[in-house]
Amino acid sequence: MKLSRVLGLAAVTAFAAGTASAQISDNVVKIGVLNDQSGLYADLSGQGSVVAARMAAEDFGAEQKGIKVEVVFADHQNKPDVGSSVTRQWIDRDGVDVIVDTPNSAVALAVNEVVRGSRAAFLNSGAASSDLTGPKCSPNTVHWTYDNWALANGTARAIVQAGGKNWYFLTADYAFGHDLEKQVSIVVENSGGKVLGAVRHPLNTADFSSFLLQAQSSGAQIIGLANAGGDTINSIKQAAEFGIVRGGQKLAGLLIFLTDIHALSLDVAQGLQFTEAFYWDLNDSTRAWSERFAQRHGGKKPTMVHAGVYGAVLHYLKAVEALKSDDGAKVVAKMKEIPTEDPVFGKGQVRADGRHVHPMYLFEAKAPSESKGPWDYYKLIRTIPAEEAFRPLDQGNCPLVKKG
Amino acid sequence: MFELLGISPQALFGQLLIGLINGSFYAMLSLGLAVIFGMLNIINFTHGAQYMIGAFVAWYALQYFGLNYWWSLLIAPIVVGAFGIVLERTMLQRLYKLDHLYGLLLTFGIALILQGFFLNEFGSSGLPYPIPPSLQGGQNLGFMFLPNYRAWVIVFSLVVCLVTWYLIERTKLGSYLRAATENPTLVQAFGINVPRMITLTYGFGVGLAALAGVLAAPIYRVNPLMGADLIIVVFAVVVIGGMGSILGSVVTGFALGIIEGLTKVFYPEASNTVIFVIMAIVLLLKPAGLFGRTA
Amino acid sequence: MTTAAYQIDAPAKTTTLTHQYVAFGIMTAFFVVAPIFIYPVFLMQALCFALFACAFNLLIGYVGLLSFGHAMFLGTAGYISAHAAKVWGFPPELAILTGTAASALLGVLAGALAIRRQGIYFAMITLALAQMIYFFALQAPFTGGEDGIQAVPRGIMFGFLDLSNQMTLYWVVLAIFLFGFLLIYRIVHSPFGQVLKAIRENEQRATSLGYKTDHYKLIAFVLSAALSGLAGATKAIVFQLASLTDVHWTMSGEVVLMTLLGGLGTIFGPVAGAFIIIAMQNYLAQFGQWVTIIQGLIFVVCVLAFRRGVIGELGRYLKKPL
Repeated sequence: MKLSRVLGLAAVTAFAAGTASAQISDNVVKIGVLNDQSGLYADLSGQGSVVAARMAAEDFGAEQKGIKVEVVFADHQNKPDVGSSVTRQWIDRDGVDVIVDTPNSAVALAVNEVVRGSRAAFLNSGAASSDLTGPKCSPNTVHWTYDNWALANGTARAIVQAGGKNWYFLTADYAFGHDLEKQVSIVVENSGGKVLGAVRHPLNTADFSSFLLQAQSSGAQIIGLANAGGDTINSIKQAAEFGIVRGGQKLAGLLIFLTDIHALSLDVAQGLQFTEAFYWDLNDSTRAWSERFAQRHGGKKPTMVHAGVYGAVLHYLKAVEALKSDDGAKVVAKMKEIPTEDPVFGKGQVRADGRHVHPMYLFEAKAPSESKGPWDYYKLIRTIPAEEAFRPLDQGNCPLVKKG
Repeated sequence: MFELLGISPQALFGQLLIGLINGSFYAMLSLGLAVIFGMLNIINFTHGAQYMIGAFVAWYALQYFGLNYWWSLLIAPIVVGAFGIVLERTMLQRLYKLDHLYGLLLTFGIALILQGFFLNEFGSSGLPYPIPPSLQGGQNLGFMFLPNYRAWVIVFSLVVCLVTWYLIERTKLGSYLRAATENPTLVQAFGINVPRMITLTYGFGVGLAALAGVLAAPIYRVNPLMGADLIIVVFAVVVIGGMGSILGSVVTGFALGIIEGLTKVFYPEASNTVIFVIMAIVLLLKPAGLFGRTA
Repeated sequence: MTTAAYQIDAPAKTTTLTHQYVAFGIMTAFFVVAPIFIYPVFLMQALCFALFACAFNLLIGYVGLLSFGHAMFLGTAGYISAHAAKVWGFPPELAILTGTAASALLGVLAGALAIRRQGIYFAMITLALAQMIYFFALQAPFTGGEDGIQAVPRGIMFGFLDLSNQMTLYWVVLAIFLFGFLLIYRIVHSPFGQVLKAIRENEQRATSLGYKTDHYKLIAFVLSAALSGLAGATKAIVFQLASLTDVHWTMSGEVVLMTLLGGLGTIFGPVAGAFIIIAMQNYLAQFGQWVTIIQGLIFVVCVLAFRRGVIGELGRYLKKPL
């Protein structure tokens, strides 16, 4: 694996050296935050990501270093067509140099294709698709925070090891849900667990009672929620109503954000286990950063997506400074060259396939009695070291990675 | 014999019961639509938004005035009904002479405005609304665990549907209403204020939507989009039942809830589509719907 | 269904249509010059929606049938042509044709079911059918669910037009739009179109005159579906993407809005309506949900006070149908 990484890096640097004109277009680095400003993911990304991007520019000290940074944002409304046309317009017309955040895998994959081959870069923090650094990886893209593989790996392995052997899935019936179910099933079976079955529910289902009853009668120890957003929230809530957790079965949330727990309240969410890349209360450094963030974002603590935007933009600006250029593919190549360090993720690295690697954390939602107040929601169960948190470089089928 | 279908009778009963719960919502919403359609000849596209506002009124009442669930059951229909009356007086009334389609377009526009407004104000992730303390917990029926609140939903909506049916089909007021649908001029000639009756009917239908919204709030979370997707299913229910037929909409509402519940067991992937498939089949065989008068 | 309901001004003498040629000339000239000062991708998007709205208008404006499920044709064609171009490796012209044909076929099936009823029933049936298509698109393996079909190659048209060049693509899209537009114009002014209008005015009378109205309605429905499909297929090639947005019922609502705003039953109305709505969505995008609210307001104002739409009012002012 080490060899292939070196080779991959070499390939990328060779590519970057091909053309060498060093300058920053229009003398300004324009950051476009493209995310959900009004919909399902507005709370976990939205304006918070804009705040995070601005903080990164300030902490980098752009002004002192004589680099002008401008942050713009747009709402992709969770529609791939809106996302790709905004991106096109930003690149063609408005001189945006880097697109950041972009939750919703569908939109992220669309943006990834538009940015590929352009003079911009794409720093994804919000999307879950492992394909961004797999078969669809691009020399212009860095995927920072998390992905389906990491979530499945973190949550499923830990739960199976803790004795949760028999699984049943509640799966959102579309590409994302199927992918997540598949990834988790592999991990469950490889760790010695067993998948008893799955029920596929349509996207945006209001009523989960029927599906939950089926999960209940399967007799599985663990009900894996291979869905997202409102579907996850509704299934957790209604599981509580039907006494599923009290009946001895456990829920495993596969894609959960701090804001989801906040919306659910600990009464309902307690005991839920899930994997995240960041939590504000991890250490002094994250606490200090999160405090500054909260002051500028109406007292709300950052999600891992916000943190990822911050980390990615900070590292991007460092690469721009080193390179004295904001040409997308070149900056991304540089980002892969220099190691990453920031107050949020600590030390890390961007791999040849564009994946940023850092530790992931398995959390459990606290019981209401354990919580000291608002936003005090998580208990750390396990730290998953960077080298096992993400899909190994040679298993992603990323064309940028030379097979060693 | 049930084992032949690959499911134990216990589980089947459970699923039937759950279907009935969902059917309660369909029935109450399609009932309101049917009443409005019968009187005003308008397809009320705003119905979903009004259902959503009903839930928001309940949330608001609890959050800011400390008024509990039971008060909301009373207040929300009145507030939203009054709002509906204003809509009818100021806008819908101007369209009665025109093609029905304009009513559909107008109410669609109003629905967009309301939905957009609530999304702006409250975001789309939804707000929690607790189950009232007296209805928390549940009964173990042996074949399933039935939360008390769900049982309450079935009973309450059945009562509401029966009362509405009785009001319209068995009372004097109802007979005026039905007469006014057939021949407004003649009824007017008997000294009955038909325009006011129409206004009140719209208010009543909208109030039913709000009532359903309050019922739904503790189950589904209060969400600006909660009505948007539901309304299309309810349209299909009304079409299957036969437009304007009160009894038809209630019976079809419950029946389709059950059918949908069964689909969730045997072919869950199709559970969102099954109602539309049934609609297509019904229209092929009986274009006026199961209980509808042939137009 | 009465004429008063739609407020469509009866066309003046069909002989004096020169002003329509003038208007057509102005429109074409605008599109030829426009890419110099307007962002071409935006123009292409607007052209695709303009064609979609024109196709929709063929039904509502000239047959009096309000379809609330036209997104199914736009979206289906988009998916099929994207799949054809990406997976089967079809050149763009064939991919677009395949998509259009798929929508036409869907139009035959949906039409046969829907034209059994009129008015509101027709609207609801089309809506329900479109919902079925939506769920199909969400779950079918080849559509990619929420991701849609992405990275669709633009390809080389007829073997020599390289569509990855933005301006070449623009001229192709403009040509497709003008083809569709003129085809609709021909249909409306043909004897066939006269029968459609007769059905709109008074279906019983048309029947009593010996016209098999169901046949005419079905043919009009299929034509409308196919042209909507043409718009959807072209859009998929332009944006290199086919997604759920194009099959969702809000899209069906949007095309109603475009046509209503521009003017039901006018030739140029849907084009104007589509441009206004797309421009609004583009330039107000950062305001998020306000776009929905403004669209709702436009609906309400159009229905209450402005039923002729922009072009309809203009035509009335000029005393010439546009």
